[in-house]
Parts: sequence; C-alpha cells; structure tokens
Amino acid sequence: MVLPGLAASPAQADFALNMRQGVTPISREIYDLHMIILWICVAIGALVFGAMFYSIVRHRRSKGAVAAKFHESTLVEVIWTLVPSLILVAMAIPATRTLIAMEDTSDPDLTIQVTGYQWKWHYRYLDDEVSFFSLLATPSDQIKNRSPKGENYLLEVDEPLVLPIRKKIRFLLGSNDVIHAWWVPDLGWKRDAIPGFINESWTWIEEPGTYRGQCAELCGRDHGFMPIVVEAKTEEEYRQWVESRKVAQRSEQALAEQEWGLEQLVERGEDVYNKICAACHQPGGVGIPNVFPALKGSPVATGPVDAHIEIVMKGKQGTAMQAFADQLSDLDIAAVISYERNAFGNDSGDMVQPAQIKSAR
Amino acid sequence: MTESVHAHADEKPPGLWRWVVTTNHKDIGTLYLLFALLMFFIGGSMSMVIRTELFQPGLQFTDPLFFNQMTTMHALVMIFGAVMPAFVGLANWQIPLMIGAPDMAFPRMNNWSFWILPFAFSMLLSTLFMPGGAPAGGWTMYPPLVLMTGDAFPYLIFSIHLMGLSSLMGAINIIVTILNMRTPDMNLMKMPLFVWTWLVTAFLLIAAMPVLAGVVTMLLTDRFFGSSFFNAAGGGDPVMFQHIFWFFGHPEVYIMILPAFGVVSTIIPTFARKPLFGYASMVYATASIAFLSFIVWAHHMFTVGMPLAAELFFMYSTMLIAVPTGVKIFNWVSTMWRGSMTFETPMLWAISFVVLFTIGGFSGLMLAITPADFQYQDTYFVVAHFHYVLVTGSVFGIFGAVYYWLPKWTGNMYNERLGKIHFWCSIVFSNLLYFPQHFLGLAGMPRRVPDYAIQFTDWNQVSSIGGIGFGLTQLIFVYIVFQTIRSGSKAPARVWDGAIGLEWSVPSPAPYHTFQEPPKLAEGELQHEGT
Ligand code: HEM
Ligand SMILES: [Cu+2]
Repeated sequence: MVLPGLAASPAQADFALNMRQGVTPISREIYDLHMIILWICVAIGALVFGAMFYSIVRHRRSKGAVAAKFHESTLVEVIWTLVPSLILVAMAIPATRTLIAMEDTSDPDLTIQVTGYQWKWHYRYLDDEVSFFSLLATPSDQIKNRSPKGENYLLEVDEPLVLPIRKKIRFLLGSNDVIHAWWVPDLGWKRDAIPGFINESWTWIEEPGTYRGQCAELCGRDHGFMPIVVEAKTEEEYRQWVESRKVAQRSEQALAEQEWGLEQLVERGEDVYNKICAACHQPGGVGIPNVFPALKGSPVATGPVDAHIEIVMKGKQGTAMQAFADQLSDLDIAAVISYERNAFGNDSGDMVQPAQIKSAR
Repeated sequence: MTESVHAHADEKPPGLWRWVVTTNHKDIGTLYLLFALLMFFIGGSMSMVIRTELFQPGLQFTDPLFFNQMTTMHALVMIFGAVMPAFVGLANWQIPLMIGAPDMAFPRMNNWSFWILPFAFSMLLSTLFMPGGAPAGGWTMYPPLVLMTGDAFPYLIFSIHLMGLSSLMGAINIIVTILNMRTPDMNLMKMPLFVWTWLVTAFLLIAAMPVLAGVVTMLLTDRFFGSSFFNAAGGGDPVMFQHIFWFFGHPEVYIMILPAFGVVSTIIPTFARKPLFGYASMVYATASIAFLSFIVWAHHMFTVGMPLAAELFFMYSTMLIAVPTGVKIFNWVSTMWRGSMTFETPMLWAISFVVLFTIGGFSGLMLAITPADFQYQDTYFVVAHFHYVLVTGSVFGIFGAVYYWLPKWTGNMYNERLGKIHFWCSIVFSNLLYFPQHFLGLAGMPRRVPDYAIQFTDWNQVSSIGGIGFGLTQLIFVYIVFQTIRSGSKAPARVWDGAIGLEWSVPSPAPYHTFQEPPKLAEGELQHEGT
C-alpha cells in the first residue's frame, strides 16, 4: 500500500528537514529570522549541554570526584540573566521590522476575497468580478487506498487561485461557518478566516509557479482535505486568464436560461453532488448515522419538492448543513436537487428547473 | 519515637472501603497517582490510534471525524486526567512530609477533590459512545466548531467544571497546608523547592481554573440559552473565546511544568551530593515565570489578526519568559558542576529532563518570534514543541519523582536494572516519536489532520514507530511499580545517601501517620543549605 505512494513522491522532498524559503520577499525574511533564532538556540544548546556533559563525565563519584560546596554566585547569576536578555533584544529588532512590513497592507494592486467554507475555499477577485470555489481534486479512491496516490496527493484542487507575479496582492479573509486558516508556506504566512470578521494580509510573488498549501485551523471532519493551490503567472498570462474566466462565467449564465431535460439535469447534478454534497452525505447518499443524515429514501428527498429546495438553499441552522443559495448557481442547485430525487433508488422522476430556483431566491 | 507510638502511627483501617472514605494524605496521594496512571494509559491508547492512522498517507483505520475525536480526547485526558492529577498526587504525598506537617490542612476536602475525578472522567469518556461521538473540535474547544458537537457537548462542559472544582479544592488545600502547617523552624525561604513550586502552582490554579470554567459556561449558554458571546451574527466575537481560553491556557502549561521543576531541583542535588545552586534565584525565577505566564497568552493566537501593537507586545513578553526559564537551566547545570555524581534511575530522568525540556524551550523561543510563527503556527512544529515540554518535560519529571520517592512510599527498593531499561527505552522512543515532528512541521504538515501529502510519509513513519515503542515501554513501568510494591529489597529510611530533607527522617515505608509533633530542623536538614 505504501509503495505506490512512495514511488510517486518527488524525490527532493523526502525526509525534508527545514522550512522553505518561499517565493516572496517576506517569506525570505521569515526564513532568515527562523535560521537566526535556530542558530542562537544551537549555540546556547552547545554551551549548556557541553558544560553539562563535561560535568557528567568528569564529576562523577566513580571517578573519585569529591563534591564542592559552593551554592551561589551573584556575579554569574547576573551574567546569565543579562546576556540572554541582550541576545533577545538583538533578535527582537529584525523580528519587529519584518512584522511591521507584514502588517502593511496599504496600496495593493489587486484584492482577493478569500472565504472559508466547510470544506472548500471561495475566491472573489474584487477588481474583476471573477469568483469561484476551489475544492480538493484528489479522487476518493486514492484517499481510501483503492488506487495509487498521485504526485500531488491531497494538495490538488479543481480550480487554483491564479495570481499575477510582481504585484502587491491584498487578501481579505473571512469565513462562512467555522474558523479556517489560509496557508501557503511558499508565501510565508497563514491567516485565520473567521466568521463575522475580515482579516487582511498581503503578498508579492517573485516568480511564476504553482504553490501548494492547506487549511491550517481545525475546521471539522474534512479539515485535512481542503487544500489551496496558487498558480502565479506573468501579468500578461494573468490578464488572459481573467478574460477567459469572464467568458466562461457568461456562457454559464446563458445555460441557466434554458429549459433542461431530466437526463441532462441528473448528469450535471451528479457532478455537483460528488463535489459538494458527498463530503457529508457520502457517495450513494447513505450519510453517516447520527452525524450526517442519509438522502437515500429520506423524507426530504422523497417528499414535497419545495421543502427540498428550501433546505438546500437555506441550510439548517445549528448543523453542518449550509445555505447553498449563495454558493451554487441556479442551474447547479436545480441539477443537484433533481439528481438527489432520482438517484440512490429515490426514483421519483421529479425535475427542478433553474428558473424555479431563480424565483425561489 | 518509641515502638508503641510507631505501631499506632501505622494503624490503617481495614478493607477496600478505607480508600473511599480516607482522609489520609498518603492514601489520597496514592489514589491520585494510580488514577493518573490509568488515565495515562487511556490517553495513551488514543494516541496509538492517532499514530497508527498516520503511519501511511491515506485513510486506513479511522474515519476523519473519529480521528478528530481521538486528538481532542487524547489531549483532555492527558492534561486533566494524567499530568495534573499525578502532580497533585505527588503534592499530597510529599508536601506534608517535606514541611513536617501531620496531614493536609483540609483532609475531608482532600478526599472530595480526588473522588470528583472518577466521575468527571467517566462522564467525559462516556461521550465516546454517544450519538455524534465524543467532542472533536480540539482540546482548545474553539467556537463555532465546538458548538457543532453532538449530544456530547453538555457532558464535555460539565466534566470540565468538575475537573476545575477538583483542581481548585486541591489548590486551596495545598496553599493552606504550606502557609499554615510548616514546622515552626521552617520559614518560607527555607522550604524545599518542590514545596515552593507547588505553592506558586496552586496560586496559578486558583487564578486560571475559574477563567476556564467561565469560558466554557459561556459556550454552554451560547449553545442552549440563546446568548451570543462568541457568535458574530448576534454581536459576539469568536476570537474573544480564544483570548479568554488562552488566559487560562498559558498559565495552565506552567501549572503542568512548575512542579516538575521542583522535582528536578530536588533530585539533582541528591545525586550530585551538592547543595542546589542559586536557591533564591530559583524561587524568584519561579515567581516571575508565574507572573509572566499571565501576560503572554496571545502568542497562541498570532494568526487571528491582532493589531500590530498587540502582536509586538506578546512577542516581547513571550521572549522575556525565556530568561527566567534559562536561569533555572543554568542553575541545574551549576548544581551538577563539580559535584560527586552517581546515576541512579531518578537522576537519569532528571538529567534527561534538563536536556529535553531545554529543547522544548528552544522551540518555544522560536515560536515566540511572531513573523516566524506565521509559518510554525498550527503545524507539527508546535506539536513537537509541546510534547518536548510536556512529555519529556512534565511526564519525565513525574517518572523521576516516582523512582525517587517510591522506596519511601512502599518501603521497598525498585529494581534498578529494570528502571534503567525503562529509562533508556523511553529516551530512544520518545525522541524518535517527537523529534521528526519538528521536520514535519517545518516542511509544512498541519496538525490535527488524519491524512497527509506523500512527501510527509517518511518522518511520519519514524514518528509512528517511536510512538508505538514509547507506548509499549510504559508497560515496563507498570511492572516495576507492581513488583516494587509486592517484593523488592527493604529500603532504609534515608534511601539515597545524598538525600536531605524531612521526608528522609521518617522510616520507609513512611508510617500511616507522621509528624504528629512538629519535628525540629536538625543542622543540615535542608537540601539547599548544604551539609
Ligand atoms: C521558554 C518557554 C516557552 C515559550 C517561549 C513558549 C512559547 C510557545 C508559543 C509561542 C506557542 C504557540 C505556538 C503556536 O501555536 O503557534 C506555544 C505553544 C504551546 N506551548 Fe509553549 N512555550 C514555552 C514553554 C512551554 C512549557 C513549559 C509548556 C508546558 C509544559 C508549553 C506548552 C505549550 C503547549 C501545550 C502549546 C500548544 C497549545 C496548543 O495549541 O494546543 N510551552 N508555546
Ligand atoms: Cu503559551
């Protein structure tokens, strides 16, 4: 079971020891601070442990050592209080400088709003009206060890966050449910995404590349399964990407105007279900007893359509069932409800059209 | 003392019921220690589940939700069930013996404060079988996540209330005993350091536990009575929970380490046959650590988005706490310096404490550097840090204390060879277990995840092997204790030739009742004054 996974792992990362330098000026400063304080610790450790082991070797009774009687010395006690204090002051100066720089979110070139959801990220480009969800792309067969693990196991998403290089990018972080933390080690920091509050942070990426990270604050069952992928592109490629995103968003809207057939709806709904709903309600709609209700043969999925639409759009207070009205398009909501009413042996033949969702908003 | 007085002093009520109604500090100390041992194994088996799942990437044995229940319960059981009660057990046994008092100041309350614990933990552990499972939001219980706990939620809160009550009663008892019941010759600056560290710890408990009780009660009302302390939609603030929690939480970590400082400050002079170096500065360092521990709490929350000024304040105050901590370490090394050392098992634990706790202190210092903490926070680097200070620190301190005083408690000598085997296996396996976690954290592995990217596989496997080894090693300890109680050679009153202090002036095993009359402090009866 291990072997396929090991074989696929990038060789240079195995038995990795140290922090990454990252790809931003701040991340490099942080790396330097980390190395300075590490070497300070190593030096102090060498002195203290050196003295101690010397003493252990030399001052043992089996070698005939006779105990001295001294038990205080104001001078050395003052020295070993003052010297560490001075070292700490010296360390605090560069640390303060970096911290001040990290907190300076003024004059950004562009702003991205990041919102944590159980268990996915939503990105909104405030300057460009582009927005989308970003979800784990690793197939569950790999997680359950039924197929070999890919190179970027658990660190791959369906839609990466695309960013331009050499621009000051400001992030506004928030959450829709519980506290998450947005962390890409190569950018040098993590920040909590807290419901009801907006946190700010910024970055300035030096080189194009793909940088991977994860949610870093325990956020429930699938906390380990909400990765982050940043794709840094040149300014020009970035603009192209933004334009193509906008075109795609418009054609998506056009689709929602159409009348849909049952088969198409169910097919699309299956994708949505597996991406969004299966995390809790499980593939096959069987749920997890006492934690997440089953949809297979459930009163909601087999009862009146309106109640079903209501719970999907508005969620259920005090539970993990979220309000999906703001997360999914009319079309996707219509499709997934149609799917749930026809899959798992719930063969009701019911169908929900995007227009119905639109009017229910 | 005459023979007949001795016989009376050792009269114990017969039967098992004695243990339920006992008000004797030695009985209660034993109960605390046995309870802690049981919890150590229950919490330990949960960590075995965690390390087994993390042996390979992918989900092998647990559902992620159950995994989260294991990390949460492991921490709660170890902190409140194992480490804290073990130290209270040591305090019960040793404080009266070390200050020449006949018993604790409030013997009945003492009985209560122990007997609350089995109820608290039965309740907490029973949540594992409830619909929705045990709490899975982390031992830090951050809302809103913790509010999504199933039926277990009110049981979690109530069991924490009970643990808090138990700790508070224990702390009150310890303070009153120390302040009022010392033998008249012993003024405060003559007290053994273990007694000093416990006095300070008890004050920390009294200041910190009500804060925890308050904050979990606020969770309770948020969930059941419509308040919105931590709910932004109702005008509350989820971050306020973290501030209150860590205002308790950071003193709490010192509650778990200060008594171990006391233990090590007792063991090292004994086996170095030399007075403790810098007794007064040890006392002042303990007090300043205790004070500072109340002004550093937000170093656990650097990433929540505090104002720059607050981040700077907490960075500086956290760096500052390394200074008195350093003083202690230098003092221990100086105590060993030019001593006449031997290396019986308690001394081995004490030396390993000094080395490994210091490593945990170093990573603490690194974590204090706020910009770097933006990388370290919530990764395995933090996990490595607190296991170095808590396992190779506090728990090793407890082991040292048990080996040191077990002959006094049981009257029998433990098996030195087995003790050393236990020690060396623990050293090897605990470092295999925790040291690689530094690397994992630096390489980017978050904590509290049941599955990980494949580049983290190798160190996780090393860590898991260490973990299983460390767990199995502890069975040796149980065997040693059992064997010592049942058999073992008779121990003399002064078990260690370098041992100084009132506890060694009574026979081994210590009679059921000791110091009915306050003892006179003989010349050289105090460790730090030299002989
Ligand atoms: C030199 C002294 C110490 C310093 C400077 C220090 C610093 C820190 C910092 C900054 C953190 C937060 C890390 C993060 O979450 O990003 C932390 C976490 C922690 N420390 Fe320490 N520490 C020290 C000693 C100790 C001691 C003595 C103990 C306990 C015996 C301890 C127990 C813990 C625990 C349990 C956590 C993690 C809590 C959690 O998030 O679950 N530390 N320490
Ligand atoms: Cu702390």
